[in-house]
Amino acid sequence: MTLALILLSVLILGSAIVALSLRNLIHSALLLVACWAGIAAFYLWAGAEFVAFAQGLVYVGAISMVVLFAVLLTRQGTASEPLGFASWQRFILALVAGGGVAGILVGAVLGTPLTVTTPGPVPVLTVKQIGAQLMGPHVVALLVVGILLTVSLLGAVVLAAEENVKSPEDEV
Amino acid sequence: MSAYAMAVAGSEPFLERAPLLLRDAFVQLLPAPTQWLVHHLITIVAILAVFGLFFAFTTIAERKLLGRLQNRRGPNRTGVPQFSILPWRFKHTLFGLSQPFADAVKALTKEDIVPAAADKLLHFLAPVLVVAFSLLTFAVLPFGRNLIPVELDSALLYFFAAGSATELTIFMAGWASRNKYSLLAAMRALAQVISYELPLMLSVVPVVLVAGSLSTREIALAQGGWTFGIIPHWNVFTPWGFAGFLLFLVAALAESNRSPFDLPEAESELVAGHLTEYSGFKYALFFMAEYFGLTALSGLGITIFLGGWQAPVPFLGFVPSYAWFMLKLVGMIGFFIWVRGTLLRLRIDQLTRLAWQFIVPLALINLLNAAFWSLTRDWTGALQLVRWVISAAIVVGPFVLLGRKLNAGRAPRTYRYATS
Amino acid sequence: MSPLQLCLLLSSLLFCVGLVAAMARSNAILVLLGVELMLNAANINFIAFWRYGPNPEAGTGVLFVLFSIAVAAAEAAVGLALVIAVYRHQKTIRLASINRLKG
Repeated sequence: MTLALILLSVLILGSAIVALSLRNLIHSALLLVACWAGIAAFYLWAGAEFVAFAQGLVYVGAISMVVLFAVLLTRQGTASEPLGFASWQRFILALVAGGGVAGILVGAVLGTPLTVTTPGPVPVLTVKQIGAQLMGPHVVALLVVGILLTVSLLGAVVLAAEENVKSPEDEV
Repeated sequence: MSAYAMAVAGSEPFLERAPLLLRDAFVQLLPAPTQWLVHHLITIVAILAVFGLFFAFTTIAERKLLGRLQNRRGPNRTGVPQFSILPWRFKHTLFGLSQPFADAVKALTKEDIVPAAADKLLHFLAPVLVVAFSLLTFAVLPFGRNLIPVELDSALLYFFAAGSATELTIFMAGWASRNKYSLLAAMRALAQVISYELPLMLSVVPVVLVAGSLSTREIALAQGGWTFGIIPHWNVFTPWGFAGFLLFLVAALAESNRSPFDLPEAESELVAGHLTEYSGFKYALFFMAEYFGLTALSGLGITIFLGGWQAPVPFLGFVPSYAWFMLKLVGMIGFFIWVRGTLLRLRIDQLTRLAWQFIVPLALINLLNAAFWSLTRDWTGALQLVRWVISAAIVVGPFVLLGRKLNAGRAPRTYRYATS
Repeated sequence: MSPLQLCLLLSSLLFCVGLVAAMARSNAILVLLGVELMLNAANINFIAFWRYGPNPEAGTGVLFVLFSIAVAAAEAAVGLALVIAVYRHQKTIRLASINRLKG
C-alpha cells in the first residue's frame, strides 16, 4: 500500500515539476494531464472511486481540452522567447519563497502528532450514499454549484466570443 | 459477487457458467501467489482476443455490406493458399473472409513515415494511447450475466471518463504532425466530439435516474422480466427510453466519427483529417481504435437501453446471456453500417446546430420525462395508460415543435442541377 | 511515517510546485495551471483526511472534493476565457507586458 503511494507521489510530483518547467506549452499541458491522471489514481488508491472518475472526467476530459484550445488560440504552441535576466531573477525569488513555504509545511506535517496512526480498512462510500448526501444535507451547495457553473459558462462565452462576428449566412 | 457465487455453485445452466469454469480451471493449475494476477490477465486476454477478432470481422462485414448497398460485391477474393485445407483445389476464396488478415499484414509491412518536422514522441504516442484508451471502456460492460470484467459502483462515470480521454489523442495526432491541415482537422474533430459528448451523457442520465444506479450490472438487471409474457422490460420499450435511445444513437454516431457525421476524415473532401501524416500500422491503430470505440458505445447502448444480456422472449432463456449480448452487438453494428451506406454527410455548421439546438434541448426534456416516469411508478390500471400517453406526449410534442421551428425557412431544400 | 503523513507531504510539495510555477512563470496560461495544481493539492488533503479521519462514513471529504472539482472547472473556463480576451486586445499573454493600467 505504502509503496504504491510512494510511486504515485513520485509520478505526480515528477510530472508536475517537469510540466511547469518546460518551455513548450503543449508539452506542459499534456504532462499536466498525466499529473492529473496520477491524482485520480491517488483518489482510487484512497478508495474514493467516485471522486477519482469525476477527476478523470473533468480534468482529463474537459479542462485539458480548454487549456489546449487556449494555447492554440493565443498562438503559444511554438513560442520560445529568450530567457532574460528579469525572468531568472523572478525564478530564483519564486524558488526561495516556494522552498520556504515547503519547509514550513513539511515541518508542520512532520512535527504534528497525528492521532490516526494505524490505517483502518478502506472506507466504503457507495454512489447511493454520496447521492443521498448531495441531495440531503448538501442540497443548497449543490444548487449553488449549479448556478456557479451556469454563470461561469455564460461568462466564459461572453468573454471569449469575438465582437462583430459575421456568420457565413449573413454574407449571402 | 453473489451472482458469481451462484454461478459457481451451479444453480445456472452449464453454458452460462462455462467461461468462468474454464477460467477457474486454468487458474487452479498455477501456484497460489500468481493466481490473482493470472485471473485478471485471462480477462484482459479474453477481451483482446474476442474484440480483436470482432474488429477484424466488422471491417470485412462493413466492406461487404457497403458493397451490396452500392450494388457491387465487395472484397471476395482473399482466401487461403492451396496447401491449407483441400489440396486438390488451386485456391480457396472463402468469400473473402480472410481479407482482414491480409489487410493486417499489409499495414504491418508498409513503410512507417514520420514527417521530418514532427514532434516524434507525441507522433508515436498518439496511436498507442488511442487504442489503450478505447480499450479501457470495455472494462465495465456486462457481456453476460456473470461476465463483467470489473464491477464498479460508478461504472457509467468510468466509461465516460475513459472515453473522453481519447479526445486528447486526437489533439496529439493533429498537433504532433506539424501540418496545418492536420491541426485544423484535429480542431474540427475535437469541436465535433466535444459538442456531442454532452448529448451522449444527457441521453444516458434518464436511465440512471430510473434505474437508480450508475452500475452497468444493476442497470442490465433492472431490465429483466416481461409484461404479458412477451414484451420485455427493456428501457427502449418506454416512451422516454425510446427517445433516449434515438438521441443516444445520433450522439454515438457523431462521437465515433461515423457517417453521416464523419467530417473529421471525410475521404472524398479532406485527405484524412488529423490522420493525414500517419501511415502503415499507426494509421491502422487509429482505425482500430475507432472501431473499438464504436463497439464499446454499441455495448453501452445495448446495456442501458436494449436490456443488456437479457433474452428478448422468455422461452429463449436457455441461450446463454453472452450470446444474446453478442447478437445484439452484431445487430447494432449492422445498423451503423446500414446508416453509413444510406445517409449523406452533414456540413460542419449543420452538425453543431443539430447538437446544440435540437439534440441537447430534447435530451433535457427527456430527462424531465424520465423524472415523471419514475414519480408515477405506482400508477396502475387505467392510470398506467394515462402515464404512457403523457410520457409519449412529452416526447413527441417538443420533437415536432422544435423540428418545425428549426426547419422554418430551410426546408424543403431545392437542388439545382447543371443542364446541358 | 504513517500513510497519512505521506499523503500530506505529497500535497504540500504539490502545492509548492504550483506556487513556484504561479510566481515564476510569465505566461498567463502556465500561471493558471499552477493555481489549478494548488487546488488539486488541497483536494488531496481532503481525501487523505477523509480516508484516515475518525468518521469516513459521513463522506464529508469526498463531497467537498466534488464541489471543489466543479469550482475548479468553472475557474479554468473563466480564467482561460480571460486569457483569450487579453490576447485579443494585447496580442500577448506575457504577464510582464500587460501593464497598461500601471501608473
